[in-house]
Amino acid sequence: MPDKPKIGFYWCASCGGCEESVVDLAEDILMVTGAVDIVFWPVAMDFKKSDVEKMDDGSILATMVNGAIRTSEQEEMARLIRRKSKIVIAYGSCAHLGGIPSLANEFEKAEILKYIYSDAPSVINKEETYPLTEFKHNGRYVTLPVFRNIVRTLDQVIDVDYYLPGCPPTPKLLKQAVLTLLSGELPPKGAVLAPDYALCEECPRKKTKPDNVSFTQFVKPHMMLIDKEKCLLAQGVICMGPATRAGCEALCINGNMPCSGCFGPTSRVKDQGAKILSSICSNIEAKSEDEIDTLLNGIPDPVGTFYRYGLAASLLRKKIQEGK
Amino acid sequence: MLSSDKKWEPRIIAFFCNWCTYTAADLAGVSRLKYAPNVRVIRVMCSGRVDPQFILHVFASGADGVLIGGCHPGDCHYSEGNYKMLRRFMLLKRMLKKMGIEEDRCRLEWISAAEGEKVKSVINDMVEKVRKLGPLGIPKRISKIDKEIKIIEKEINPEEAVEHA
Repeated sequence: MPDKPKIGFYWCASCGGCEESVVDLAEDILMVTGAVDIVFWPVAMDFKKSDVEKMDDGSILATMVNGAIRTSEQEEMARLIRRKSKIVIAYGSCAHLGGIPSLANEFEKAEILKYIYSDAPSVINKEETYPLTEFKHNGRYVTLPVFRNIVRTLDQVIDVDYYLPGCPPTPKLLKQAVLTLLSGELPPKGAVLAPDYALCEECPRKKTKPDNVSFTQFVKPHMMLIDKEKCLLAQGVICMGPATRAGCEALCINGNMPCSGCFGPTSRVKDQGAKILSSICSNIEAKSEDEIDTLLNGIPDPVGTFYRYGLAASLLRKKIQEGK
Repeated sequence: MLSSDKKWEPRIIAFFCNWCTYTAADLAGVSRLKYAPNVRVIRVMCSGRVDPQFILHVFASGADGVLIGGCHPGDCHYSEGNYKMLRRFMLLKRMLKKMGIEEDRCRLEWISAAEGEKVKSVINDMVEKVRKLGPLGIPKRISKIDKEIKIIEKEINPEEAVEHA
């Protein structure tokens, strides 16, 4: 019997939700394990880095890496996986665009460490102990990975073949991706394995979206009772749908919550945040500066709202540090 | 066209609308008004055509400032385009502030076709303000940060990789 194709899963800076989404395949996971051998999956199976190092280069058909890249250890593992795998798939928003972890790019590394190890209300650290990358104890060295200055997407560190978007990707998309890999009919390199049109196209509330949305106020979901049938934008709720790729089948909208943009932009958009900003502002009704200003107070955190899943992949990538 | 920091001159990209500000810049030229040579003008049909992506792209590509010129409110050739730009600009300004880009680096001005003099004064004023702020230099900053991962690339021995920073 010929060997089954080998598949791996790995995680970097992520919450574990992507790993959960693999388990969410439910019975279909049997189809997957029937067709492939999972040779590396630290969250669920006992494999060590040394096991991967022993494999021949390119011997894994595909590895799905989730999570953004923040530390030197993650870079190292990403490079190791790249060498051992024919295909590397950036799995989920964090690997694809930086995800929630990349909102840390709004702060400097020193600010983050200071808050976590000194200033946070729950911290008592009178000796000002900060983590070191190397520490000598009883003549032995203990080491920690280096915490980098910026959060990166997977493709800012290694070459990536395909992207599975979503926070997390849906089991349906994962299943489709695995079937595509096994079929041998591969899409062009760099493809995002989801439809290339905006979420509004597949939104069940599409018909209720007015031609001109005309915002007179911005409200957050907790501030009102949201009509379950009507377009969220028409109700003054910021919905990322117009600037977000379809493929999730409007999961959040079906839960009566606005799209927060986890699938990232379509191929024709470079910067998801700038695009939704453009779309929303075009539709504001106010014309005088004062009125517009008051209205915009309804979006207190534009960076966190528009780049929730993609600051690392945005055009600016990180906050500009003063001076330098 | 990379100049060293000593000889640094502000580089400003201007998006001027075809009907008002671009015509005004033409008028400034015909009237032989002198203004700072630091602005590269891109003609667009309407200030409403300026996608915020353009502005971010310009900054990310190394510009020190972005100037947008459109018709006065009420005078837009397409009736509403300049209002669209105004709203985008107001939110973009808030966003740029959060991303650490100083307010004076991005400016929106209404300049009618008759206001050649205003083109001159706005450009001169903006160039001076940006000169005071110094270079923004995003590509340089990013490539400097990205050196940190180049190091590991070189250092890692494919067989055994332990990094001591």
